[in-house]
Amino acid sequence: MTPTTERQIGAQPQTGTEVDALRPHAHGGHARHGGRFPSIVDAIGFTPLVEVPNVCPNPNVRLYAKLEFMNPTGSVKDRVAKYLIEDLETSGRLQPDSIIIEPTSGNTGIGLAMIARRKGYRVAVVVPDNVTMERRQLLSLFGAEVIDSPGHLGSNGAVAMAKHLVAKDARFVMPYQYGNPANPRAHEETTAEEIIADCPEVDAFVAGLGTGGTLMGVGRRLRRHNPDVRIYAAEPLPGETVQGLRSLDEGFIPEIFDPTVIDGKFLVSNTDAIGALRELTDKEGIFAGVSCGAVMVAAKQLAREMEHGTIVALLADGGWKYLSQDIWTRDLDADEDEIDSLNLW
Amino acid sequence: MTAIRIPPVLRAQAGNQKKVEVTGSTVGEALESLLEQFPGLREQIFTADGTLNRFVNVYVNGRDVRYEQELATPVGESDEVILLPAMAGGR
Repeated sequence: MTPTTERQIGAQPQTGTEVDALRPHAHGGHARHGGRFPSIVDAIGFTPLVEVPNVCPNPNVRLYAKLEFMNPTGSVKDRVAKYLIEDLETSGRLQPDSIIIEPTSGNTGIGLAMIARRKGYRVAVVVPDNVTMERRQLLSLFGAEVIDSPGHLGSNGAVAMAKHLVAKDARFVMPYQYGNPANPRAHEETTAEEIIADCPEVDAFVAGLGTGGTLMGVGRRLRRHNPDVRIYAAEPLPGETVQGLRSLDEGFIPEIFDPTVIDGKFLVSNTDAIGALRELTDKEGIFAGVSCGAVMVAAKQLAREMEHGTIVALLADGGWKYLSQDIWTRDLDADEDEIDSLNLW
Repeated sequence: MTAIRIPPVLRAQAGNQKKVEVTGSTVGEALESLLEQFPGLREQIFTADGTLNRFVNVYVNGRDVRYEQELATPVGESDEVILLPAMAGGR
């Protein structure tokens, strides 16, 4: 009989040892996940790390995938949303009439909306109008008010509109994942600790670059664990129709992003990401989202370049929210231009 | 000759071309070749002290040159060079 562990609300393990204490079988070759929790919010994190040898191109490299789609709303952003809301609570910024507002292409908003529903807060999210239908549906069913920003302006447009609304109406309170240290801290204190507990021999870490929160938080913590660890970003090649900048001055680098934390960036098209995603489904039985395919493209390239070692690739979300785009069935060659213009990250 | 892919935001100053053929064996030389053809791009791509504008990313075969050898990153005829503006990602 294996004992289950009940975590206290808001209590996060701070060290790898504490994580081990919560999950005593983590190093027994059969890491256990799950447990008993006081609420869905407390069940965020503790995702499995799964080896994916069938898609690893180098037999001397061990490639592991951290399955963030096992979080309550199906993405890594649950971790961030939890920390962002706790940051609002502890900083005293939430008033009885406050509305939490955030620019997001979906997953952060879904995480915020779920937690806000559980805790009784109002949430509005600003999303580009070309995000997938499933993301909109999830936001609505968790009670978030969905505000559209122009799709051709991408996430830049959502950020600008959210800032405009906050300036106009004092009820809006924006956690602002792009500039809030609580975003990387969520990964430094949870994601990275879990990786160290499950895979202390990690040599390289690969994740998608969006706000930079995952790469900054995990990167900083892994570096303290092993100064030689390498941190790599996979970033989307934006399609022609989602590059709606009028000038380079409208460019955007998230305030939390510190370029010195990472060792390399891989630019990956939607088409290539989807190819790797299909391979992941076909050869490993893992049903992940489009950015995960891009992360796998980068991780496989890295594996080819390494003599030996261990790579951890973070798979940010699952495939469910992309089913309406026929990602697993459409003709990638025939539809390349259209696919590369979709807002899938 | 190497082709540099030009993002929509810079095309007006690059003869509305999606791709421009350039010469040079490094990223720096390839960009200089681009700027000889389209001098109006210079203040977009470089700062006054000759470093890359922070809002411009240059990739050779999908790798950001800031993490390779920056402007000294080698480019060959079959390499794909892409210029992109820094944009918000997210989720």
